[in-house]
Amino acid sequence: MRTRWLIAALLLCLLATGCTGDGGGSDDGRITLRFQSLAWQEESVEANKDLVEEWNATHPDIEVEYVQGSWDSVHDQLLTSFEGGEAPDIIHDASDDLADFAYGGYLADLRELLPERLKSDIPRRSWETTTFGDGIYGVPFLQEPRVLIANATWLRESGVRIPTPEDPWTWEEFRDAAEELSGDGRYGVAWPLKEPVSATLNLSLSAGGQLFHRDADGKVEVRFEAADAVVPKTVHDEVNTDESAPGTTLGMGGSDTLPGFFGGRYAMVPLGFSYRQQIVQQAPEGFDWQVLPAPAGAEGLTQGVSPQTLSIAEDSPHKEEAAAFVDFLLRPENMVRLALGDWMLPTGTEALKDPDLRTTEHDWATGTALAEHLRSAPAQSVRGYPEWKDKVATPAFQEYYSGAIDLDELRERLEEDGNLVLARYQR
Amino acid sequence: MRTSRAARVGQYAALLAYLVFLAFPFLWLISTAFKPARELGSLHPTWIPENPTLANFRQAFDEQPLWDAALNSLVAALGAAVVAVLIATPMAYVMARRRTTLSRMATGWVVVSQAFPFVLVIIPLFLVLKNLRLINSVPGLIMVYVVWALPFALWMLVGYVRAVPAELEEAAAVDGAGKVRTLVSVTAPLLAPGIVATALFAFITAWNEFFFALVLLKTPEKQTLPVVLTHFIGAEGVADLGPLAAAAFLATLPSLVVFAIIQKRITGGMLAGAVKS
Repeated sequence: MRTRWLIAALLLCLLATGCTGDGGGSDDGRITLRFQSLAWQEESVEANKDLVEEWNATHPDIEVEYVQGSWDSVHDQLLTSFEGGEAPDIIHDASDDLADFAYGGYLADLRELLPERLKSDIPRRSWETTTFGDGIYGVPFLQEPRVLIANATWLRESGVRIPTPEDPWTWEEFRDAAEELSGDGRYGVAWPLKEPVSATLNLSLSAGGQLFHRDADGKVEVRFEAADAVVPKTVHDEVNTDESAPGTTLGMGGSDTLPGFFGGRYAMVPLGFSYRQQIVQQAPEGFDWQVLPAPAGAEGLTQGVSPQTLSIAEDSPHKEEAAAFVDFLLRPENMVRLALGDWMLPTGTEALKDPDLRTTEHDWATGTALAEHLRSAPAQSVRGYPEWKDKVATPAFQEYYSGAIDLDELRERLEEDGNLVLARYQR
Repeated sequence: MRTSRAARVGQYAALLAYLVFLAFPFLWLISTAFKPARELGSLHPTWIPENPTLANFRQAFDEQPLWDAALNSLVAALGAAVVAVLIATPMAYVMARRRTTLSRMATGWVVVSQAFPFVLVIIPLFLVLKNLRLINSVPGLIMVYVVWALPFALWMLVGYVRAVPAELEEAAAVDGAGKVRTLVSVTAPLLAPGIVATALFAFITAWNEFFFALVLLKTPEKQTLPVVLTHFIGAEGVADLGPLAAAAFLATLPSLVVFAIIQKRITGGMLAGAVKS
């Protein structure tokens, strides 16, 4: 009997102490907005927090509360928050994570909420990354191209032509250069392809690879055509035929290749533009590195990206105020601060003109020159893409790159197995 | 049976190898926490940092509210451990001593309930806690941890209760002790190592738990250490390795300290000599 009373008392205590007020308004009429940021690098967190403070200092009636989220778990965390009606008002995420939330009705359509200034400042190609159906469900504000980060000394000494955004390598030239740079246990390039699908698909846009084809009814079909094979075949042949790329890095993430890059094992590593920060922090004293544009194909330097985005929760009772904060955060001068903090490129055309983003220091100018070539990642509006990626494409690409299967089998698996998966989402 | 010298050496060598295997990640974590960024990117990593630094610790504390997070973790873990033990001990006693069909079914259910994955229960749980207004509160998290730890705690304690000879309680009854007196003066002290082990299990489970804390705690001042640690990880798994290692090293310390303090209690043979054979 005593035990039973004890348990009841404990539960009552917990209930009593656990009751917390939670809402977007307060008794004095002041509105509180929760802004969940995924900033994680020191400078980026600082830039975000500073901007929140500046907003709060100038908007006494609308207070923004900075909430730290994490890239690692944002999807699960947001899903449960949406289901439970507890989502933050302003949501930082990436465009390739938004489709299910947008189609699920969790995100507000921003078309009527955002000011004309912001809408016209960001190019149409960037808005396409957050357009699902008829609505726009996020503001794309930071993006990064994949570039080749090269050992500049090694490159100069080898005598290969050094590509620029105006005169990039073709995929064939890139393969030749990698072969030229390799030898004596050293490799021309290291491909960190732990996550091979988005890297392959995004780079394939340069060769005209599309992979996902939408018919008049809006149904999507996977077709692996000649243009889709250019990038995969280059990687495969570099690893398995030319031996200008090591097979050991195929299972690595980008950061994992840096020690080998610094240690002189690889001349080039294809990485996101923001990896420059890690290189600046970790490279040995005197290490001379350089950013090169990714190779170009039939479509030039075009490549796919999934920009970082700001969205507003459909359940937020203060959507207009949230949109005003988004507008403040993404004013050109603020977008520049966020871009510098994350070592990425802003989407805004005004922000891109800033001299700090066009300097040759840390090769900002090379990245900025690539901004106009960035397009929506091929698959991000395709429903069922995450399952296709995990169950079909990731193992198929991994096996192809390691030489376990040939191109025909890769095509067969991506198309046949892939279309079976997509069909379930398109009934 | 005497063990030969060679066999003994082999046993110690195997034990040493096992200890090295177990200790490697922790020692590497310590080494990483004290390395400057340039040494982290070296192709030839060293065990002892060439230029040890506290910069990673400073950066970790500057960037994230580690003290608050540690306090929240401590409250959640201690709360979960205490409440779980308070609930599980009497339940385990009944299940161990009264061997009825019901208690056998309850034991079976306890084992089966361990198989439920987190993701299966998280949304219903979230809605229940929301209705109770326990979202974003450490007490709410403690409730979840207690419920989550209870089946295994119960299962552990049933085993400990069964190990206490019923003859001791019968002897106490013959000597005139009442049921409560017997439980408090005879059974409870003998169960102490089991209770401590169970509490330790509940504490460590709650201390390390990530997913429930991530989903249930909304504001920075309420978040626990495992959640805050993920803030050092960026998109595509890129990590700010130095500060992450520093923060992770600090996060492991309380578990180690608690374990070091009470490990004698759980390894000591407190039942030795209780019953003459």
